[in-house]
Parts: sequence; structure tokens; C-alpha cells
Amino acid sequence: MSVNPISGPILELKNVHKAFGAQQVLRGVDLTVARGQSLVIIGGSGTGKSVTIKSALGLIPLDKGEIRFAGEAANDGKSIAALRRRTGMLFQGGALFDSLTVWENVAFALLYRDRVSRGNAKNLAIENLAKVRLPASAADLRPAELSGGMQKRVALARAIIAKPDLIFFDEPTTGLDPITADAVNELIVEQVKALGAAAVSITHDMASVRKIADEVAMLHDGKIVWRGPVSALDNSGSPYVDQFVNGRADGPIQPAI
Amino acid sequence: MTATPDVISARQRGPILLRPFAMIGQTVIGAFREVGRIAVFSGGVLAACVTPVIYLREVLRQCMKVGFYSLPVVGLTAVFIGAALALNIYTGGSRFNAEQFVPNIVVLGITRELGPVLAGLMLAGRVSAGIAAEIGAMRVTEQIDALLTLSAKPERYLYAPRVIAGILTLPILVLIADIIGVLGGYLVAVGALDFNGSLYLKNSWAFVTGNDIWSGVIKAAVFGGIISLMGCYQGDRSKGGAGGVGRAATLAVVGAAVLILASNYILTSIFVRIGL
Ligand SMILES: Nc1ncnc2c1ncn2[C@@H]1O[C@H](COP(=O)(O)OP(=O)(O)O)[C@@H](O)[C@H]1O
Ligand SMILES: [Mg+2]
Repeated sequence: MSVNPISGPILELKNVHKAFGAQQVLRGVDLTVARGQSLVIIGGSGTGKSVTIKSALGLIPLDKGEIRFAGEAANDGKSIAALRRRTGMLFQGGALFDSLTVWENVAFALLYRDRVSRGNAKNLAIENLAKVRLPASAADLRPAELSGGMQKRVALARAIIAKPDLIFFDEPTTGLDPITADAVNELIVEQVKALGAAAVSITHDMASVRKIADEVAMLHDGKIVWRGPVSALDNSGSPYVDQFVNGRADGPIQPAI
Repeated sequence: MTATPDVISARQRGPILLRPFAMIGQTVIGAFREVGRIAVFSGGVLAACVTPVIYLREVLRQCMKVGFYSLPVVGLTAVFIGAALALNIYTGGSRFNAEQFVPNIVVLGITRELGPVLAGLMLAGRVSAGIAAEIGAMRVTEQIDALLTLSAKPERYLYAPRVIAGILTLPILVLIADIIGVLGGYLVAVGALDFNGSLYLKNSWAFVTGNDIWSGVIKAAVFGGIISLMGCYQGDRSKGGAGGVGRAATLAVVGAAVLILASNYILTSIFVRIGL
């Protein structure tokens, strides 16, 4: 897909606040994602990275703040539906539907939203499985019959099949061995680039960050405390980023134990 | 949307002497809030059951799961209840020489009351718990979030097909249970109580009315809806990993059973009033 003619950011989070009961998780997150840009959010476990992504998708209602997608506020059923139609999401555990086959998972949006016929949907699913290097013979298996790495690839195929402008990745390589993780990262970079889409990813793994990020944002204590190009990670001037990048227990960030 | 906290802090609880009242108050408020949540959830799902789009493939799959695979459970329940009922009525009836009414009372008791209520309770265990566990697992593994991001509404794709299946299949199961229950009574009556077999069946058939069967079938449809709705509701609300899923299943069974018994009384009194 060529560059989208409309300029301006694809996604903006403005002053996003979210609490669960007494626990204040997000305290004013501001984040802008340009079209075609790959932004990686880093931060300690339980700091609210997943909550940030889910708020952006309208899966969690905000207490305060605003989400804008392609310049439009996403604040009601209709605008959130429009946002979801043009975004893809790869969930942390894959979140494949275990009652459906692999191809039905991949083609889910085509089958149930776009009402594409089953025959056509299956062909498109097999095409997209090939993009993530899965054979057509996997199409009729159930998710439970696949390895973790294969499940992630099916989930990736499901996230890209409707040609989104923005894809979210929540810890796409967590739980995979380093070699499989690298292969999944390669596929992510390749497919995001092929779509010309923007990507917002969460990862703990610095190797993955360097592989997939154009820019990096660090979430700490409910706010973005640093943001910059991936090349600036090693001389960020931020003690938070330094501690995270070097994986030290001592520093401004308290270990989550 | 800010939820009122369920737990009230120590300072807000007030003087120690008043605390029992505060606790009772909180429990009552909590119960009303739960009823309200169930009502809102059920309203949304029932609306999705009667408006397009209805996913027929899902409805059929759920009919198989709810209905077909419940046949053994319901059949076994019915045959033993029919048999026990025949024995009891025979013993009780013999106290005032009314043994000959065994077939009439068995068929009446089964079609109007025991068929639907016991099938409902058995399926509250089997189906409600199954649905709650399945939906709960989908909730905690983010499959429900995934559905939403793929623009599918859970109430349409997941809940409505299950509720439709419950409402459609439970009446059929209950009709089958009626027949098997009468057969259970017949076996005992003929085998142990020296009844004439063909006379027994003829009496049963002559005595039972369309109204008896209808009232049982209507009850069954309501119970079928309750069973599926409670399973979906508790599954949808579950959180906190495998433990949360188990808890959802338990709550679904208890909730469905209580609602079945309560609505059975309400329906029976309505049927009595309107002469059904
Ligand atoms: N639906 C929810 N209900 C209550 N608390 C939640 C919910 N989702 C997340 N949290 C809490 O919010 C915090 C941030 O969670 P999350 O965004 O998943 O962290 P992470 O940065 O590791 O992805 C955690 O303490 C978590 O317990
Ligand atoms: Mg997370």
C-alpha cells in the first residue's frame, strides 16, 4: 500500500487517565504515533502498558483524556468501531478462538464483519497464512494443535488480513525462545512494512526493541517519562531508560516484586 | 463510568455499634446492584436474540452442545423420577384406596412440574457451568477483547446463540423427558405393582391435556433461557485467571438453580390464575 495521502498522526492519546478502584494506573499519558511509524512502549511489569493499548482500542473506558484516530476523536460507539475497523491487534497470549479452526480465526473479521463467503474467506486466510510462513495444511487445524510460535504467527495473520493502518502488538515475543522470537520479530517488521502501517508494540526485550522500533517511549508511574528515536536509547539522558536498558534492579524504578 | 467501590473503608463504616446495620445495608445494596446488572445484561442479550444479525451456524452448534449432548442426563433423571413417583403415589394412594390413580398423577406431576424443573436443574449444573467456564476462559485469555477488536459483539456472536439454543432445546428435552418419565412409572407399575400395561398407558394418555404439556414446555423455554443467560453473565464477568473461571462456573450454577425455582413458582401461579 502506498503512503496515505492524509498527513497528520494516525493515533493520539491525550492526557489519558485510568484507575481500577483505588489503583491509579495511568496518570496523564500523552502519545502520538505518526503514519507508518513503529513506536515501542517499554516499562516495568504492571506499569499499565497493556492498559494503554486497550484504552486506545476502546476496550477499557477512560476516566479522563482523549483518543484520536486519524484526526477524529474516538469517543463513541461509531467512532470506536471505525477505529477498530482500521486497526489490528496481536494480544499477548495470541487470544485465538479455540473453538474455531486456524483459517476461521484468521478470516474472522471477513466472515463475521464483512460477510465474505466461506470459500473466499478461506482462500484469503490461506494467502495470509503464507505471509507468516505457515502452510495451507495448517488451515484446518485448531489453535490448540499449534506450538506457541505458530499461534503467534496465526494471530499476526489475523491482525493483518484486513489491511489495517495501525497494528498493536502486546508482548509479541514473550514466552518464545530467542530464535522463534527473532523469527516472529522479522515477520512483524516485514508485514508492517508491506502494509505501510504504523505499529505500536509493547516489549520487555531490548533485542526486540532494537529490531522493530523507529521510536521508543518509556512508561513509568502512569506517564510517558521519555521518548526518542531508538538510536538514542543508549544515551537517552533519562535515568529510567538507562536502568531499563541495562536491566539493573537499583535505580529510580522499583522492581515489581 | 466510575464504579462505586464495593468495599467501604474503616473510617466510612461509622461507630462500631452501627456496623452490623451497615453490613446488612451493604449486602442488600449489593444484591440489588447484582439484580440490576443481570437485568441490563439479559436485556442486551435478549435484544440480540431477536434482531439481526443472528449467526445460525453458531446457534446450531450450541443446540447440539446444549440439547443433544444433554439427552443422556435428562433421560436418566426422568426414568428414575417417574419410577420413584409411581411407587410413592401407589403407597400414598393405597391409604385411601386410590391406587388406580397412579398413571394420572405420574403423568401430571411429570409434565407440569418434575419434567421441566428437574431437567432445568440438571442442565443448570451441566450447561450453565459449562457456558460460564467457556466464556470465562475466553475472558481471561483476552478472546473477548479480541472479538471486540475484530468488530464482533460478544452478545451477538457468543451469548445470543447460546440463549437461543437454551430456549429452543430445553422444551424438546422436556418433551422427551415427559415420555421417558411416564415410561419409568410404567415400568414400576407393571413390573412391581401388577398394573395392566396397556391400560396404564391408555389412562396416562387419556388423562393428560394439551394444557399440561404446554405449561411444561413454556416453563422449559424460560428455564432454558435462564440457564444460558446465567452462564454467559457469570462468564462475562469473570476475572483473575483459572480461579476466577471456576468461581464463575459455581456462581452460574447457583444463580441458575435459584432463578429456576423462583420462576417456576411464579409461572405456576400465573398458569393457575389463567387456567393453563
Ligand atoms: N481489568 C482490570 N481490572 C483491574 N485491574 C486491572 C485491569 N487491567 C489491568 N489492571 C491492573 O493495572 C495494572 C497495569 O496492568 P497492565 O497494563 O496489564 O500492565 P503491563 O504494563 O505489564 O502490561 C496492573 O496492576 C493490573 O493489575
Ligand atoms: Mg501487559
